[in-house]
Amino acid sequence: MPVDVARMTKVFERPKSLTEARYTYCPGCHHGVITRIIGQTIDELGIAERTVGIAPVGCSVFAYLWYRCDAVQVAHGRASAVATGIKRARPDLVVFSYQGDGDFASIGTAESLHAANRGENITVIFVNNQIYGMTGGEMAPTTLVHQKTTTTPDGRDPATCGYPIRFSEIIATLDAPVYVTRQALYDTRRIQDCTKAVKKAFQNQVDGKGYSLVEILSTCPTNWRMSPTQANEHVANVVTQVFPLGDLVDRG
Amino acid sequence: MTSGRNMTATSAVAYAARLAQVDVVAAYPITPQTRIIEAIAKFVADGEMKAQFVQVESEHSALAATIAASSNGVRAFTATSSQGLLYMHEMMHWAASARVPIVMANVNRAVAPPWNIYGDHQDAISQRDTGWLQLFAETNQHALDMTLQAFRIAEDPRVQLPVMVNLDGFTLSHTYEPVVVPEPEVVNRFLAPRPAVDWLDVEHPKTINGVVSPEHYIQFRALQKDAARRALVVIEEVGEAFAEQFCRDSGGLLSLEQVSDAEIVFVALGSAASTIRSMVRAWRSVGRKVGVISVRSYRPFPDAKMAEALAGARVAVVWDRAYSFGCGGPLAGEVKGALYGRESRPVVLSAVGGFGGAPVGPTELEKALEWADASMQGRPVPLETWFGVKAYRDGRTPDGKE
Ligand SMILES: Cc1ncc(C[n+]2csc(CCOP(=O)(O)OP(=O)(O)O)c2C)c(N)n1
Repeated sequence: MPVDVARMTKVFERPKSLTEARYTYCPGCHHGVITRIIGQTIDELGIAERTVGIAPVGCSVFAYLWYRCDAVQVAHGRASAVATGIKRARPDLVVFSYQGDGDFASIGTAESLHAANRGENITVIFVNNQIYGMTGGEMAPTTLVHQKTTTTPDGRDPATCGYPIRFSEIIATLDAPVYVTRQALYDTRRIQDCTKAVKKAFQNQVDGKGYSLVEILSTCPTNWRMSPTQANEHVANVVTQVFPLGDLVDRG
Repeated sequence: MTSGRNMTATSAVAYAARLAQVDVVAAYPITPQTRIIEAIAKFVADGEMKAQFVQVESEHSALAATIAASSNGVRAFTATSSQGLLYMHEMMHWAASARVPIVMANVNRAVAPPWNIYGDHQDAISQRDTGWLQLFAETNQHALDMTLQAFRIAEDPRVQLPVMVNLDGFTLSHTYEPVVVPEPEVVNRFLAPRPAVDWLDVEHPKTINGVVSPEHYIQFRALQKDAARRALVVIEEVGEAFAEQFCRDSGGLLSLEQVSDAEIVFVALGSAASTIRSMVRAWRSVGRKVGVISVRSYRPFPDAKMAEALAGARVAVVWDRAYSFGCGGPLAGEVKGALYGRESRPVVLSAVGGFGGAPVGPTELEKALEWADASMQGRPVPLETWFGVKAYRDGRTPDGKE
């Protein structure tokens, strides 16, 4: 039977705020899902014309290719400081930074913490895949105890490498942040929750409320040496034990 | 002589750190350096190297920790590249001024923005005035050999300064070449354990790096200046000792090929010099009097040796893969400085190019030779040429420089 396209209802489409450029991510990596969620949020809030995205250094170094909005590519770790500068110069803009765990919680520790402490009216998307993906799978501050990486070939030993850092919990101890939450994407239910959290984090900024941080537990099937399915299960069963999901601060 | 194993320059450097029996390695990953610290992490995990390997949160901390480790008298090493080296800048001055004999491998890479992970020398040259000694490797074997020599140079009581071993990103770091890895016993004969230092010693408490008055401050700088000058002698001595023991010439200040009777002499740093060597052999085979000087020690800069080597040449083509904006090619400037006041000296042409991984290959070098020929024939030629620059988008062409 021939399909009558005109009579079909469209139930799903690419967000208008995303370009058609192909992702550079590996199969099964969540960076692509997160990019889509942000694009959809920008569409829903109708802010594409006044949004500036900040692309970090890491696997998402090309983030600027995928959004139909202005973007700045910054030095490794400096994203929250750059977001501060843009927002202070142009408070009318919606500024979001997109940062990996190496970028946000390692080399960017100082500016990540202090932008939050000043309560900058920005939105930070913190993608925690527990590894340095781009440089080839070295230990990140978030790497789990005993997790094997290229710089911890026998697994992370807390005696010499410490424990996975819960950066969102640290930020949650500050008085200024409006919204701090940890989300995941290992099933559709989590994707829906995460989408709501991202929207709230952008809405807070649009409403002038202040600093919002969404940490998202992501996967790195390539460097974890897992299939995409195994990687999702690993997040659901193992990673969330160390990094519990849910809101840490909600002063909205 | 043992035959070589195929490996990249990053592996070669990791083997050198292991052979030097480094005690502490503090580092942060960055392409194209990462393989060095991954290999060291593996050596340590496998018990093949007894070092403390610390992956810290940034390069700034990496160098701070390396300096502190070295202040205790142990042997300390780190490695980085490009943005990482730039992020170390404050500690770069600190290391040299505190006179710690650290060795660092810097895998040369372009600096941002715009981002580019491929090779050039802007990262290293931008650290020129920090007080570090800087050596440049032409081959993967040099990367290993120079790292071993670097410890002996740095720790020599006449020097006591940090040494940076530069190896070109991708050209060396990601290219396999046969590399001879010497036996540990042989290396031990070349490189003794680090001489005892009396810096941090609980029996004799003292403070290091404190605050001083203006009249004392310059004393420290003068001592540092003298040490860097003395390194000219030490680098040569160490290079000779290495050549004698390992039957390989991979050190010293300058390496000269076909220079003595050459009319045109190329001067370059790192892997570009080895490309020029093969061009020189080709040009010689068709009767051209061309030679090449590979600058192995960029700091200290061997100005007297450079002037002597160039005394008989009519034209020197100095190749820079870095630039001092508003001034000129840094190496070209230094070569000109070395020739100042000399009766017999060549015209210096400054060739600039090979940025962000762009080639310094036969096409560029043939063009440079034509330019040198034109100069030799007395035709008016520019004194500086940028290679590989296209007309700008608005149709303008890059400005010439008088
Ligand atoms: C100053 C500096 N140091 C190191 C690097 C190299 N570098 C690039 S990306 C990266 C790690 C990225 O990890 P993460 O932020 O967790 O993001 P992912 O790639 O996992 O998405 C590093 C160390 C750099 N670009 N600049």
